[in-house]
Amino acid sequence: MRADLDIIQEWITPGSKVLDLGCGNGELLAFLQQQKKITGYGVELDHDNITACIGKGVNVIEKNIDEGLASIDDSSFDTVIMTQALQVMYRPDQIVDEMLRIGKECIVTFPNFGHWRARGYLAFRGKMPVSKFLPYTWYNTPNIHFCTFKDFEQLCVERNIHILDRTVVDNEHKHHWSIRLWPNMLGEIAIYRITR
Amino acid sequence: MPQSFPQDSVGIVTPQTICFDQPLPLACGRQLDNYELVIETYGTLNADASNAILVCHALSGNHHLAGYHSEAESKPGWWDSAIGPGKPIDTNIFFVIGLNNLGGCHGSTGPQSINPETGKPFGPDFPIMTVPDWVESQARLADHFGIQQWAAVVGGSLGGMQALQWAINYPQRIRHCLIIAAAPKLSAQNIAFNEVARQAITRDPDFNNGHFYENGNVPKTGLMLARMLGHITYLSDDGMREKFGRELKEGKISYDFNPQFEVESYLRYQGERFSTAFDANTYLLMTKALDYFDPAADYGHNLADAVRNTRCKFMVISFTSDWRFSPERSREIVDALVTAEKQVSYAEVDSDHGHDAFLIPNPRYMDIYSAYMKQVANDIPVTGKENN
Repeated sequence: MRADLDIIQEWITPGSKVLDLGCGNGELLAFLQQQKKITGYGVELDHDNITACIGKGVNVIEKNIDEGLASIDDSSFDTVIMTQALQVMYRPDQIVDEMLRIGKECIVTFPNFGHWRARGYLAFRGKMPVSKFLPYTWYNTPNIHFCTFKDFEQLCVERNIHILDRTVVDNEHKHHWSIRLWPNMLGEIAIYRITR
Repeated sequence: MPQSFPQDSVGIVTPQTICFDQPLPLACGRQLDNYELVIETYGTLNADASNAILVCHALSGNHHLAGYHSEAESKPGWWDSAIGPGKPIDTNIFFVIGLNNLGGCHGSTGPQSINPETGKPFGPDFPIMTVPDWVESQARLADHFGIQQWAAVVGGSLGGMQALQWAINYPQRIRHCLIIAAAPKLSAQNIAFNEVARQAITRDPDFNNGHFYENGNVPKTGLMLARMLGHITYLSDDGMREKFGRELKEGKISYDFNPQFEVESYLRYQGERFSTAFDANTYLLMTKALDYFDPAADYGHNLADAVRNTRCKFMVISFTSDWRFSPERSREIVDALVTAEKQVSYAEVDSDHGHDAFLIPNPRYMDIYSAYMKQVANDIPVTGKENN
């Protein structure tokens, strides 16, 4: 399993109800169904991923998350997850609000634009950072709302969002001691567990 | 199998007629004392009857789902693209039943059948059928085969409505429910189209208040108009533009009222063909069954409450250009199922074919259909698989 998903699954209570926004090929939900007997749904837009979910026996709903989650009742899920998709949302702040409305707890992961490589790229080359991890150029990137860990945490303060846990890792999803020391400079991916 | 049929065809198939003697009470308050259902089956029922799939038909469909009645038949059954060896509903795995619903005109008891009270065809006196009535008759069909629980009930359009009703009325008797290009109830616009179709039929002088069998005339014009109207609602604007555009049959405008645009002659051809192949009273009945379908009505008009006792898994599929039962209508079903915490997957397939898309193979549609049916196969209890 993808290393970030392995970190997330530890935060999921057995038998709980989970919504995975941007669930990809259903890997995490399939694992949680088998190992933790969770129930729930994935939401996905990519055609191949949707077929892959169905093939795994994972409930998947084709839906553009940007169109909102209004049809879902308040607090109807124990955990709402969004991995590596916040930065492609049209309004990440509204999505986080919606996630917190329908979920008792939320898990959000996103790439850190404050990482030293991104800072260095922009500072020294004067161009938008392109890397193996974020391979797009500015005009074709689906990542339209990059933020840094500091930005996200500031949003949490402004919106009264309570951060229960934060794990910061490098792009291989390892958390080295140096990352813990200086996360916004050295961490590449953040995994937040939040509630309101 | 003759060489002339494709490898993945079920080949030559023969319909059978099953007679039921136990009276069937109907929603309208009347009952059918006895009745016949014409069916076709494909594949082999396993020893514990756990691999059976029921396929419900739409407005003008029937029991002939797949294969050919003879080598001379030019077209296979209406869902041949989805049913056969190696196809989404794999007849190497599943035992598939298609039936002609009560009130139909392809052999099951309907308006053309003889009314035992009068010795004449029922005609307009055949009782109005509803989706729950059909489900009840299909449950008895399941009993006839010793099928306690369907591996899946599958349907498109009005067939999808029957699948949904199955899940609600018989939660113990269905493991999977596939609802394709359907809606949880008709909109005012849907009913309006049906009403125009009914008016076209009933105002045809040859309709004779539905008693047209006696004098040998059929309300061809009315049925043709009804079908032409219906057909427009089954296609999409883009699909019609693609298929016909403004192409002229003779290449130039003739300044008269003869059909000149390709789309005009196409609709006339479809309408005429249908008007001799379908029964006007059945058409009226089918449109009424559509209009009356509203499973949430018994649950305070709350669809989530209507599906709360269902136990099966659901697959809901819609098509982007379907405006008769648009994706929004399928999403109503999905939202209700999510609210009721049911197992459901939903896909919205890109297609230019409008409502008809559910009958037309499309790579993504078939991929989803196959992937889901593999799950249906996986859920056949192990004893059943061993005996298969």
